[in-house]
Amino acid sequence: MRKPIAFLTALVLLLGTLVLPPSMASAVDIVVVSAAASLKNAFEEIGALYATPASALRPAFNFGASGDLMAQIKGGAPADLFASAAAKDMDLLDAEGSLLPGTRVDFAANEVVLVVPSASTAVVTSFADLAKPAITRIAVGNPKTVPSGRYAEEVLANAGLPEAVRLKLVLAENVRQVLDYVARAEVDAGVIYATDAAIRPQEVKVAAVAPVGSHKPVIYPIAVLKGAPHPEAARAFVAAVRSDAGQAILARYGFKAVPAAK
Amino acid sequence: MLDGSALSALGLSLRVAFISTVLVALVGIPAGYFLARRAFSGRELIDALVTLPLVLPPTVVGYYLILVLGRNGFLGAPLYRWTGWSVMFTWQAAVVASFVVALPFMIKTSRAAIETVDRTLLDASYTLGHSEFWTALRVTLPLARRGIAAGAVLSFARAMGEFGATLMLAGNIPGRTNTMPLEIYSAVAGGEWEHAHVLVLLFTGISALALYGANRLTRSSP
Repeated sequence: MRKPIAFLTALVLLLGTLVLPPSMASAVDIVVVSAAASLKNAFEEIGALYATPASALRPAFNFGASGDLMAQIKGGAPADLFASAAAKDMDLLDAEGSLLPGTRVDFAANEVVLVVPSASTAVVTSFADLAKPAITRIAVGNPKTVPSGRYAEEVLANAGLPEAVRLKLVLAENVRQVLDYVARAEVDAGVIYATDAAIRPQEVKVAAVAPVGSHKPVIYPIAVLKGAPHPEAARAFVAAVRSDAGQAILARYGFKAVPAAK
Repeated sequence: MLDGSALSALGLSLRVAFISTVLVALVGIPAGYFLARRAFSGRELIDALVTLPLVLPPTVVGYYLILVLGRNGFLGAPLYRWTGWSVMFTWQAAVVASFVVALPFMIKTSRAAIETVDRTLLDASYTLGHSEFWTALRVTLPLARRGIAAGAVLSFARAMGEFGATLMLAGNIPGRTNTMPLEIYSAVAGGEWEHAHVLVLLFTGISALALYGANRLTRSSP
């Protein structure tokens, strides 16, 4: 009785490994888009625009902190496109010649906001209120790899807060994790983008918007990568992002238009 | 090269691992004893249940820990209501995570060690009129000490190396919950390779030492 069961279990597991992985349909061009976590919902919708039934283009999204994605690309990850939440990560790739010349373009802007759990009773109306004793934990992205964490650091530095506030910081791996920490009330406040606050409106409320000039402008660049396996399909995705329909989708999620160059 | 943050991460890791191992021993040795010495229906099921964290990926363990101990968690919510304190994002959370993943090591090795103790010696102790508790303390455990010690060393090493569940429950807070595995992860993610080199060498050395110690202890006495 024992042997058949063991044999059958092994057979099922083996079949599982053969059957379950997604089949690679060669007729479809998969375009790998590495994009900042804050772009998740908007890009997924634009992806649906781009992958029309007529075309054979399908985006495969790889969302994460811009710094992590940049490190992956530096390490040779086979991506076609990179969209980051700050110029810095794109500049690093540009400097080492990893971008396809002439494809880099800014396509959206965002605002930095301070959010608190919606059930929070603490009175928080500005970044300066983070010094209050009622605020014991503040979630921000890890400044090493997360652009929203770098913007948060700039804002906190400009708010003239005492050093003690730094001890309240909890570092998250990406901006959506900051949002999650605040939404679950694991922290008392968090610094994210306005667009992320709008994703979970029932669970977080915006307590303050970062004052103008307290951080570098949040501008999102996108570029085709030099080693892109599908450069033409990648350019088509960029075109979809910049199209009226694409920009409308971004606007619906709260992204702002890129400010006109001075 | 051995800068402040590396030393603080090492100090935190050692502290967390040491406290976890003490707790693991306090819970694991009695648990291993009962699993070894008492036959009851469902014994193997209980054994499988406590061994589960050994085979579950740390992210699944972390998920369950958040579910139970998070601020809105099954136990975390009442705890927060009564004390205003949550274990998330504290160094104690690192201890909890390490405890949960290291406990199976202790239970399994203790159970195995106690099962190999010669029953006739225990029976002799009972016929001399000693209670089970006395026998356990003065006969059973001393005879099983090598296996139990090996279990403790393995638990310590596992507690030192805990990463996934720790990151999920204790988070990444420099100076407070930045155990060595977290610090290494952060360093590599941020491209700080020199910093990572030092930490990795230190960590590999300590783990190798712990394993060597465990091997020496489990070798049967000459």
